[in-house]
Amino acid sequence: MEKLVTTSWLLILSALFLSACDQNNWNNPYSVADAEKNILYNVFTERPKHLDPVQSYSSNEIQFTAQIYEPPLQYHYLKRPFALIPATAKEIPVVKYFDNAGNQLPDDALATDIAYSVYEISIKPGILFQPHPAFASNAQGHWLYHDLNEQELISVFKLSDLPQTGTRELLAEDYVYQIKRLAHPRLHSPIFGLMADYIVGLNDYAKVLKQADQELSKGETYLDLRDYRLDGVQVVDKYTYRIKITGKYPQFTYWLAMHFFAPIPWEADRFYSQKGLIQKNITLDWYPVGTGPYMLTENDPNLRMVLENNPNFHNEFYPAEGMPGDAENGLLVDSGKKLPFIEKIIFTREKESIPRWNKFLQGYYDATGIGSDSFDQAVQLVGQGEATVTEAMVEQGIRLETTVAVSTYYMGFNMLDPVVGGTNAQERESARKLRQAISIAVDYEEFISIFANGRGMPAQSPISPGIAGYREGKEGINSVVYEWINDQPQRKSIHVAKTLLAEAGYPNGIDQRTGAPLILYFDVTARSSEDRSKLDWMRKQFQKLNIQLVVRSTDYNRFQDKIRKGNAQIFEWGWNADYPDAENFLFLLYGPQSKVRNSGENAANYDNAEYNQLFEQMKNMEDGPERQLIIDRMVEILRYDAPWLWGYHPKDYGLYHSWYQNVKPNRISNNNLKFLKIDAALRAKKRREWNEPVLWPIALLLVVLAVSLFPAMAAFRRHESSTALRAPSS
Amino acid sequence: MFGYIIRRILYAIPILIGVNLITFALFFVVNTPDDMARMQLGIKYVTPEAIEKWKIERGYDKPLLFNQEAEKLEKLTNTIFFEKSVSMFVFDFGRADDGRDIALEIKSRMLPSLAIALPVFVLGLIVYITIALLMVFFRATYIDFWGVVFCVALMSISSLFYIIAGQFLVSKLWHWVPISGYGSGLDAAKFLLLPILIGVIGSVGSSTRWYRTIFLEEMNKEYVRTARAKGLSERIVLFKHVLRNAMIPILTGAVVVVPLLFLGSLLVESFFGIPGLGSYTIDAINSQDFAIVRAMVFLGSMLYIMGLILTDISYTLVDPRIRLT
Repeated sequence: MEKLVTTSWLLILSALFLSACDQNNWNNPYSVADAEKNILYNVFTERPKHLDPVQSYSSNEIQFTAQIYEPPLQYHYLKRPFALIPATAKEIPVVKYFDNAGNQLPDDALATDIAYSVYEISIKPGILFQPHPAFASNAQGHWLYHDLNEQELISVFKLSDLPQTGTRELLAEDYVYQIKRLAHPRLHSPIFGLMADYIVGLNDYAKVLKQADQELSKGETYLDLRDYRLDGVQVVDKYTYRIKITGKYPQFTYWLAMHFFAPIPWEADRFYSQKGLIQKNITLDWYPVGTGPYMLTENDPNLRMVLENNPNFHNEFYPAEGMPGDAENGLLVDSGKKLPFIEKIIFTREKESIPRWNKFLQGYYDATGIGSDSFDQAVQLVGQGEATVTEAMVEQGIRLETTVAVSTYYMGFNMLDPVVGGTNAQERESARKLRQAISIAVDYEEFISIFANGRGMPAQSPISPGIAGYREGKEGINSVVYEWINDQPQRKSIHVAKTLLAEAGYPNGIDQRTGAPLILYFDVTARSSEDRSKLDWMRKQFQKLNIQLVVRSTDYNRFQDKIRKGNAQIFEWGWNADYPDAENFLFLLYGPQSKVRNSGENAANYDNAEYNQLFEQMKNMEDGPERQLIIDRMVEILRYDAPWLWGYHPKDYGLYHSWYQNVKPNRISNNNLKFLKIDAALRAKKRREWNEPVLWPIALLLVVLAVSLFPAMAAFRRHESSTALRAPSS
Repeated sequence: MFGYIIRRILYAIPILIGVNLITFALFFVVNTPDDMARMQLGIKYVTPEAIEKWKIERGYDKPLLFNQEAEKLEKLTNTIFFEKSVSMFVFDFGRADDGRDIALEIKSRMLPSLAIALPVFVLGLIVYITIALLMVFFRATYIDFWGVVFCVALMSISSLFYIIAGQFLVSKLWHWVPISGYGSGLDAAKFLLLPILIGVIGSVGSSTRWYRTIFLEEMNKEYVRTARAKGLSERIVLFKHVLRNAMIPILTGAVVVVPLLFLGSLLVESFFGIPGLGSYTIDAINSQDFAIVRAMVFLGSMLYIMGLILTDISYTLVDPRIRLT
C-alpha cells in the first residue's frame, strides 16, 4: 500500500513538474506550441445534432456550418439595416415574373397575376471545394474512396484516416443537387414543408424520391439525385442555375443567404452514403464539405470542434464601407484585405457557466456572453441606463458590445379561449378590453430591469428593431399601452387599465355576470427558483387589476401539447427571426398559420380578416413606402386587438478582450468569423501576466505538514509504547 | 464456482428485462414518440408529416407494449418495447436520435470517465482506509474526536461546493491547473489532477466514517484481544490483523462499484468539461434521446450485476471459509 501511495504522489508531482517545465502557464488548457498562433478560442455549450446544411437549423449548429458552407448570397457585415450582397453569386439575382401562359410580366405586375417567379443565379467561376477524400482520384480518374471495402475500412475511424484528398470547381449543379436534397426521403429538412409550397414540383419530387429509395437494390445506399429531375430547379449552364417559385415570394432571396441553399457536390453524397462509413459515424451530417473560408478538421462534439483555413478558399475581401461610426470604431482598418484573418478556430465544449466565465477572465477564451451570475461583476449602468463594463473589466482591457437581437419574447392569449378570446361578438369585444387592460398592467420595463439586468427593450409590436418595417420614436409606440411624454414612451396609468377592465365586464376584477372574482390561467414551463420569482412577479402584475392569476406549470412537452390543442389560456413564447423582414414576425399572427387549425406558427390562433388580407398583400411586396403603410396598418390592428402582450426584444451583451478586433455582432448573418482578427502576441503576453502560478500556498502546505508531523509522530510513539492497562495509582 | 457464476448470469436476464421495462415505462410516461420527434426536429416549421416520417424511420410509429392489430405473437413482438429491447441483449445499442452509433460513442467516452473514476477510486480507498485506521489507532483521544467532527463537517458539504471551491482556489486564484477541459495522453494529467483531488476529498467524510466503524467493530473481537495478549504492538494489530479481517465489508462496498466506474460522474464531468459517459447520459436525458438513455441504463444495470458477482468471487479470495456453490 505504501508503494501505491508513493507512486500516486510521484505521478501527481511529475505531472505538476511537467506542467511547470512548460514555458507556459500551468493553467493553460491549450497546447504550448499554440501559444502565439493566430487561433481564435471559442465556446460551444450544446453538442450540435446536425452539420448537414439541409438538416441543421439551431444556432449551435449554424456557428459551424455558416463558416464552411457558402450559399449564393450573404449579408453585408457592417451595413444596417441588413443588406444582401453576393457570396458565391456574381450578383443579386433579378427575379422575373411569368403568368400562367409563360409570358413574362413587368416587374410591377400585380401579385395576383403572377403565376410563378424565376430566380436565375450565376455563380463566380474558379471557386474550389475544400480538400476532401470524396474528390480523391487516381491517375486513371477512378475515385479512391467511393467504394471502400471492409478491409480498407478497418483502420478508418475518422475522416482524416483517409489520407488522399482532392478538390474540384464549384458548379451550378452543386446548388441544384442541394435543393433536391431538401426532399430527400432519408433527410429531415426543417424547411421542406415551407419550400414545398413555393419551389415548383418539390412536393411531388419528394414522392418520386421516396419511391426511388424504396426501389434501390438491396445493399445499395446511394440515391443519385442527378437521375431525378426537379421541375422547379434547373441547371442553365456550368455556372448558372434557375429556381422557379410558385407565385411571388420576395422573401425568397433571404433564404438564398441561408445554408439550406449552399452547394453539396454529388461526390460527397456518394462518398458518405457508404454503409461502412455510416457505421463509423462518418457521414455528411458530421463531416461537412464546403467552399467557405474554413473547414472542419477536428470533430469531437463532446470535447472540441476545430475549424481551419480552407486552403482553396476563393478571393474575398473585407468590406470597404460601413455605417457612420464604424471607421471611428476601427471597423474599417482592414478594408480591402483578403479574408479570412484567423487561421484556426478552436471551439471547446463548456457546459457550465462558471468555468466558462473564469477561463474568459484568464484570457483562455477570447469572447463571452454574460450570464446572470456574472452580470454585476462585468457590467454597470451609468448615466441614463447606459451599460458599460466595470472597473475590473476595464483594467483587463475587456470591452462590451451590445446589440438588440432580432427576436421577441411575448405573452400570448389563446384567442380560442372564451374568456381571453371570446366566442361571439360581445364576448370578443369584452375580451379585447380585458387583453388591453392586462397589456397596460404588466410592466415590462420593470421585468427587463429585474429579470434581464436591463438587457432588453420593451416591444411595441412583434417587429424587432433593425428590421425593415420597424418604426422608431413617437410614431412607433403602442398607443394602447403608452403615451408619448417628454420625448419618450410612458406606460399608461393603472387607472386606464382598470377602466378598460370595468368596460370589459370585470369591474375591480369581479365578473359582473356571476359576481365571482376573475381567474386567469397562465401556462408555463417554469422550473428554476428564478422562474418562481418571475411567476410571483407576474401574479403581482395581474393583482394590480385584482385578477387572480393561476400558474399551471408543466414540462415543455406537455406545454407544447396544450398549445397545439388550444388548451392553454395565457402562455409565454418567443421567436428568433430567420431573416430581416417584417413578414417573418407578422406571419406569427396570420390566421391560416393557426397552431390549432393548421399546425402553423400562430400560437395565439389570432384570426383577423383585415389583418390576414393585408398580410397577403404585404408579403408579396418589395420594401418601400407603400409596404410600410400596410405594415403600419397591420401593427395598428394588432395593437388594438392585443392578442399578445408584446413583451420585449432581448439585447445581446458580449464581452471581448482587447486583442479581439473587427467585432460587429448581429444575429442574422452567421458567417462572421472570417471578418474577425486576433492579436495573438498581445494575447500571449496578457495570458502570461494574468496566470502566474501563485506558489505561497504550496510552501504553506509544506510547512503545515512538517509542523504537524512532529507532534503526530510523538503521539504515535507515545501510543505505541504505552501499556494496555495503567497500574492503579497508590 | 463456475456453476454459481452461470446461475447468477442467468438470474441477471430477468432482472435486466425488468429494468428495461421500468425504464421504458418511466420514459414513455413523460415523453411520447411525438415529443421525441419534435425535440429532434426543432421547434420551427415542424409539420405533422415530418413528425410521422421521423417516427416511421425510427420505428416509433408502433404501439408501445401491445399491438392490438397484429397477429398472434406479433402482438408482443411488433411493438416499440420489443424491437428496442431485444437488440440490447446482444449489445447492439443502435443509433442515437442524431444518427450516431451509440456503441462507438460509449467506447470513446469510457476512457475519459475511467481516467477520473479509477484514480479517485484507488486513491480514495487508500486515503479513507489510512485515515480511518489512524482514527481507530488514536481512538478515544482528541485526535479521534476531532477527526469524527471533521468528517461530519465534510459530509455536510455538497459535492458541488467542493467543485466550485476547488476551481476557484486551485485554478482561478492560484493558477495551478486548468479550470476545465480534457486532453489526450500525458496532456490529460493537468486536467485530471483537480477533479481527482476533488473526487477524493468529496467523499473523505462519509467513507472514512464508514471504514472507521468497520475497524472499530473488528477491534472488539476475540482475535484482537488474543493478538494484544501475545504482546503485539497496536500498529501490527491494526494493520496486519484488523485490516485483513475487515476486508469482507470493505470488499462489499468497494468491488461492487468497480464496474460502475466506467459510467463516470454526472457532476464532475459536466463542470470539468470531461467528455465521459456521465456527461453523455445527462445530455441524452435533456434531449429526450431514448435510445441513449435505454442503453446507458441497461449498461449500468449489467455492470452493477457484474459488480455483485465479482464481490461474491472476491469473498472467496479473502476468506477461505467461503465457498460459492
